[in-house]
Amino acid sequence: MTYAVPLPRLGTFDAWRDAARRLASHGVNGSQIEWRMAGDAPSLFDEAAALPPPTEFPLNVPRDFPALARQVCASRTAGAFSLLYDLLIRVADRPKLLTNRADPSVQRAEEIAKNIRRDMHKMKAFLRFREVGSAGSERRRFVSWFEPDHRIEENIAGFFTRRFADMDWAIITPEVTTRFENGTLSQIAQHSERPDLSDETEELWRTYYANIFNPARLKIKAMQAEMPKKYWKNLPEADLIPGLIAQAEARTLAMAAAAPSIAPVGAARITQRLHDTQVETAPVRDALQSCTRCPLAATATQAVAGEGPALAALMIVGEQPGDFEDLAGRPFVGPAGQAFDALAIEAGLDRSAAYVTNAVKHFKFQPRGKRRIHQSPNASEVQHCRWWLTREIAEVQPALMLALGATAALALTGDGSKITARRGTVERGLDGRPVLITYHPAFLLRQQGDAERTKQTALMRADLALAAEMLAQIESI
Amino acid sequence: MSKLNLQQKLALLSDAAKYDASCASSGTTRRSSAGGKGIGSTEGSGICHAYAPDGRCISLLKILMTNFCIYDCAYCINRVSSNVERARFSVEEVVSLTIEFYRRNYIEGLFLSSGIIKSPDQTMSDMVRIARELRETHDFRGYIHLKTIPDASPELIEEAGLLADRLSMNIELPTDVGIKNYAPEKNPDEIRRAMGNVRMRKESATPTHRGRPAPKFAPAGQSTQMIVGADGANDATILQSATRLYSSYKLKRVYYSAFSPIPDSAAKLPLIKPPLMREHRLYQADWLMRFYGYNADEIAPAGDAGMLDLDIDPKLAWALAHREVFPVDVNRAGRDMLLRVPGFGTKSVSRILAARRNGTLGYDDLRRMGALVKKAQPFIVTRDWRPGAMTDAANLRALFAPPPEQLTLL
Repeated sequence: MTYAVPLPRLGTFDAWRDAARRLASHGVNGSQIEWRMAGDAPSLFDEAAALPPPTEFPLNVPRDFPALARQVCASRTAGAFSLLYDLLIRVADRPKLLTNRADPSVQRAEEIAKNIRRDMHKMKAFLRFREVGSAGSERRRFVSWFEPDHRIEENIAGFFTRRFADMDWAIITPEVTTRFENGTLSQIAQHSERPDLSDETEELWRTYYANIFNPARLKIKAMQAEMPKKYWKNLPEADLIPGLIAQAEARTLAMAAAAPSIAPVGAARITQRLHDTQVETAPVRDALQSCTRCPLAATATQAVAGEGPALAALMIVGEQPGDFEDLAGRPFVGPAGQAFDALAIEAGLDRSAAYVTNAVKHFKFQPRGKRRIHQSPNASEVQHCRWWLTREIAEVQPALMLALGATAALALTGDGSKITARRGTVERGLDGRPVLITYHPAFLLRQQGDAERTKQTALMRADLALAAEMLAQIESI
Repeated sequence: MSKLNLQQKLALLSDAAKYDASCASSGTTRRSSAGGKGIGSTEGSGICHAYAPDGRCISLLKILMTNFCIYDCAYCINRVSSNVERARFSVEEVVSLTIEFYRRNYIEGLFLSSGIIKSPDQTMSDMVRIARELRETHDFRGYIHLKTIPDASPELIEEAGLLADRLSMNIELPTDVGIKNYAPEKNPDEIRRAMGNVRMRKESATPTHRGRPAPKFAPAGQSTQMIVGADGANDATILQSATRLYSSYKLKRVYYSAFSPIPDSAAKLPLIKPPLMREHRLYQADWLMRFYGYNADEIAPAGDAGMLDLDIDPKLAWALAHREVFPVDVNRAGRDMLLRVPGFGTKSVSRILAARRNGTLGYDDLRRMGALVKKAQPFIVTRDWRPGAMTDAANLRALFAPPPEQLTLL
């Protein structure tokens, strides 16, 4: 038995789906079906049976199938409907089939669907509206003519309604006319010829097109690969292309041949005035900002200076700004800074009364994809940056310094050896001031396992409590 | 100076804007005007509405608000010392051009840039006014890209980010020394700080006190552009700089723009044919870094001249230099190794990983999946293919490199 299924020009997918469901549920083989698009040549089969009645069994297909089928149904490629039917039969027992691009039918269907998507994309891109509205009407009216390769009018109408909702428009193709009037979309299948349309704004668009083109970078093939000639006849700008190409080389040569010109009168005066104001407004902290003693300055966002009360009794020295500090331009505001603050409160140490700064003022990191991985500064960087730290110490005159981690200890005492053996002890700084040594808060964040983290945190908390006690003693003297 | 009409201004101010490579209109929030209010939509992927004979996509109305500028950047046609004719759009002119072009389906939206006039704040506030006018008065829901002026006030950047889909600031040259030499009025620290602020602002978006999501700040992210071939920086330097920018400020894109001769050029720049192939290789390298897991120093080792091979693409170049890791077994290798096979793109790798659950893959299967098997064959093993001595053949590079060609003048 053979079946001939008529498919309408509009509503093609729905008609195909209904018929395919019925036929598939009766186990009809694809070779017994002729899918016939309205307007196609008459049937190959002499006699065709009526469609079998719908059955109650639902036909289960993977979620991706209907979307694929909707696209394939828009194709003019010969055999597309049959291919889809065969796929439907197979996909019913193998839900994973569509993920297998090595399967020739899947691959073929995906290829057809890809062509449909391309055709749709080009229609979104190269369709041009021309204004036809008469003055006085509330909604502006536009008309466009387009010749898509495939039967995509139904699939694409939604794009234009979502985009051009506050105007009336018509998109005319050789086979379908789509109208959007007062917010209502209608489509009819009817034959149309290319209308003769024009629009004054096209002159401005052509001006833009001609001037955005850079004659020194002629790449004709790249243009035609994306904007094939078949679209040109409906593009108002396309007839400029041959002229732009023809003049490109001469224009480029002329640019090269032209001698550098003399600057216009007044340019030097403007530049001078600008330089004067730039020097005037440069903030004082630019001294640190413009530091290039070590190479870190070129890769970091900015130098991060210390901050806190001018004559703080305690100076807390960390290693270097982290990712967040580097962006914010302030010390101890990132995750490690927050961890430190929490711990300081528990230990009774008043952080806001202390001056906080870092041994190295620029963030040192290694880029890894979208992230910056912290790297410890080396001894030479610490040494170069000590110039700034020494200046801060001289200004603040702290009675006690708290070194967080090995880098800070190195900067303050000149000794960069392992911190585990030294923490909790007071060492003598390079200028004779007492330096209490403890962990860097990031060390606690890095600890694996709760037990270990709790143990090390307790040690650091004790160190901070010791710092608070020492400060109390100093102040009571 | 006679008064210019709209068409003349458009000619001047689009000519002045063409050296900005970015024309992306993708990756923003989905918006639509369905329901009859407002005009415009954005649906994820960008649309190129035309292509110029330079092969570049035209997706946005890319114009300068004005080409008057008080800066003197050597590579720029609009620098103060250039004799180019000057013009300035009014706010209404830019708004009307954008809307009228949009209604005719010429563009996806506006990319507005500007020369610096009077002060950075003055310039930025005029640009913000145009964006506000589009969004608020015309209820425009298409794409807006604003070039931000690095030292404009934070309030203006804040407003710009709430109105625009994308913000960008051009770093222009890969090294601070280059910026100092060629764009003496620009401050690279200031640019980096401004990019850092945009990143922090994007990451700090918290819901309102009523629990509504915060208004999106520059939903399509930020981007920048580097000029290639104006100063002496090599490819390794350029790629290192790009990696730093991506990781530090979460940029969506770094654009590389081959330095192109401009009319009325400054004496200190080379009037060369723009190094288009070099630009192309840098984009390929950029893709490898962002989507294929390569590091900058793998692609362009700082050792040699630090330049990418112009004859073959950087992925193939890496494979030829690291033959010890090939051939790769297509049926067993993990994603990261498959991504290193020349001829396999991210899509074909995903298809391979999905398809091989259904059975082992052969040579023809790969071809059907869209892999470039001719390119891949020396580097892979499949069910029915082994490259044998091909992988280590001395003449392998010659198979891929184009034959030598006579050089042409400019």
